[in-house]
Amino acid sequence: MSLASASLDRAGRPDRGLNADALNADARREAHGLFALLSPGLFLVFAVIIVPVGWLFWLSLFDEAGQLSAANYARFFEQASYIKTFVTTFKVAFFVTGACVLFGYPLAYMLSQLPRRAASICLIFVILPFWTSVLVRTYAWLVILQRKGLVNTWLMDLGVIGQPLPLANNFAGVVIGMTHIMLPFLVLPLYASMKAIDVDCLRAGMNLGASPAATFRQIFFPLSLPGLASGLVIVFVLCLGFFVTPALMGGGKVIMWAMRMEQTTSLYSNWGAGAALGVVLLAVTLALLGLFHWLLGTRVTGVWSRR
Amino acid sequence: MTIDWSGVLAAPLRIVSRNDPELKEMLLSLAQSALPIGITGIEKRFGAVSILSDLSLDVAAGEFLTLLGPSGSGKTTLLMILAGFVRANAGSIKVGGEEIITMPPHKRNIGMVFQNYALFPHMNVFHNIAFPLKQRRVSAAETAERVERALDLVQLKGLGERRVDQLSGGQRQRVALARAIVFEPRIVLMDEPLSALDKSLREHMQIELRNLHRRLGMTTVYVTHDQREAITMSDRIAVMDAGRIEQIDQPEVLYARPRTKFVAGFIGESSFVPVESRNGSVWYEDRKLRMNDAAPSTGRHLMVVRPEKLRLIAGEPPGDVNVLPATVGDVIYQGDSFVCYATLRDGRQVTLRDYCRSDVLSRLPAPGEPVTLGIDAQDVVLVADQ
Repeated sequence: MSLASASLDRAGRPDRGLNADALNADARREAHGLFALLSPGLFLVFAVIIVPVGWLFWLSLFDEAGQLSAANYARFFEQASYIKTFVTTFKVAFFVTGACVLFGYPLAYMLSQLPRRAASICLIFVILPFWTSVLVRTYAWLVILQRKGLVNTWLMDLGVIGQPLPLANNFAGVVIGMTHIMLPFLVLPLYASMKAIDVDCLRAGMNLGASPAATFRQIFFPLSLPGLASGLVIVFVLCLGFFVTPALMGGGKVIMWAMRMEQTTSLYSNWGAGAALGVVLLAVTLALLGLFHWLLGTRVTGVWSRR
Repeated sequence: MTIDWSGVLAAPLRIVSRNDPELKEMLLSLAQSALPIGITGIEKRFGAVSILSDLSLDVAAGEFLTLLGPSGSGKTTLLMILAGFVRANAGSIKVGGEEIITMPPHKRNIGMVFQNYALFPHMNVFHNIAFPLKQRRVSAAETAERVERALDLVQLKGLGERRVDQLSGGQRQRVALARAIVFEPRIVLMDEPLSALDKSLREHMQIELRNLHRRLGMTTVYVTHDQREAITMSDRIAVMDAGRIEQIDQPEVLYARPRTKFVAGFIGESSFVPVESRNGSVWYEDRKLRMNDAAPSTGRHLMVVRPEKLRLIAGEPPGDVNVLPATVGDVIYQGDSFVCYATLRDGRQVTLRDYCRSDVLSRLPAPGEPVTLGIDAQDVVLVADQ
């Protein structure tokens, strides 16, 4: 047997198969070519993400005297004001996300049920604020909500209230202003996932004996959860690093993380401390994303990806 | 103490003999719950476009009725009106004498199998099938039992925990079917349920669906545009075109005696030969047609010629056969049979198909050869020339 096969090989058959070396070389060439095509993108990622983040981290390790130390991080545990900022940031993000879900879910549901033409017109009104500067919109809210603003003037003229409501320059103002800015980030992914729900699934639900309310609860809502989850995560994470609106609408009383960073770097010129704030915010955000993924990924987003 | 072994020994025997009393009971209760459907004067318009006009149709209890027609004929709209997803402009639907035209879909107690199955992607097979039982507040124990039996019925035993996306097309089809019958609905509707399957699986499922219907005996309205599928499965077929029912009959009647040109053209292959009726007899060119039916009203008509009803005549034709002189265009050998395309003297194309028996095979005509085609008097069917 072995003799026979050996003689076959000697008869001119290469032992690694016909053209094996040429095919291997070809595969290698293709891999190199693909990597060459990818390299501009990889370079960009390296230059604008890896390098700055690395630099930020490096900066955070030095104190004001330029000495290598953990002082910048120790401050988070020692100074109550840092902890307060941290708590405020999460409180704002939590309330804004909650308000976005409260307004955004019914809005997205309405959009998904409208006829195509009406839906695209309404969708423009959702996206329109996107094209306006955040600064302009925040000042507009300030005009509407301040002590002698539109809302208070009207309510007092109508005799609903005797004293102007504290709507601006406080926590409520920040939440109102940010909700307006964040709403499209929740509505758009939610709308997309609602549009993707098969009408026949809802029909099947009713056909099998579920009332319209039961069909919504048992079929529509669970199938819209992947979109809701992704919208929720986007809004929450964006809230954590938000600057303009809380700075203008908070009246100096609501200090969020990003504002703290701005103060630390431009007011006190303490780059190490500012960098540490950035690193912590980044770490917390990534940890949150991981948590969301772990919580929702298995149950909710799983349905989506498996379809 | 003595032990009675007879019961212990008999238990496995009972299972083996497939005399499952529970299954029998379920089948019986399904058969008893079958109800007739009376559809009267259904009108449906979308804006100015009329989809269904004055459509009436009676479905007997336990009947398998197919709505057959090309796309846009209104068959799916009619099914949607039956299920309650589309509101008609006028008309009545009575199920077992009870008017349901204004009843919301979730109260109609009608099972439906959708074209794309419409299984719930966020539930496994068990929960999909249990869904209608859950809506009817059936106890957990009974739900488990009935789902198990339904799975058994569609040959998916043991797949209850599977996710929907882990199933093949045929298995999804079976789950959709189990879900539509597990709550013992009065009527089952099916909207082209096999159209997404490949050909061999589709043919297999046709037989399976038909057998299931025979066992369960539920009143079934089935929508398809596939005439072969309709003929294979149905007790009766309603051929629809442009929102009207052209003809409703048993498959063999529909095929043998189509009443309109549309039906003759839609079901099976047909060639049409123009004939004329005058003075109580029917003429093809200068020949008087021999036919069993009475001659229709005076005027132009079309003779429906099925490929398998035509045959090649050698020598003198028998007395009750009509002869059509023709020229052979092409002969195609297909193994078990052959197809011969021939041109009549007036230039019309007709098709002839016959089995390759050795006597026929030995004298197959050649292209260009003049032949005499024959059609029996009993096979002559005339339709109006529209």
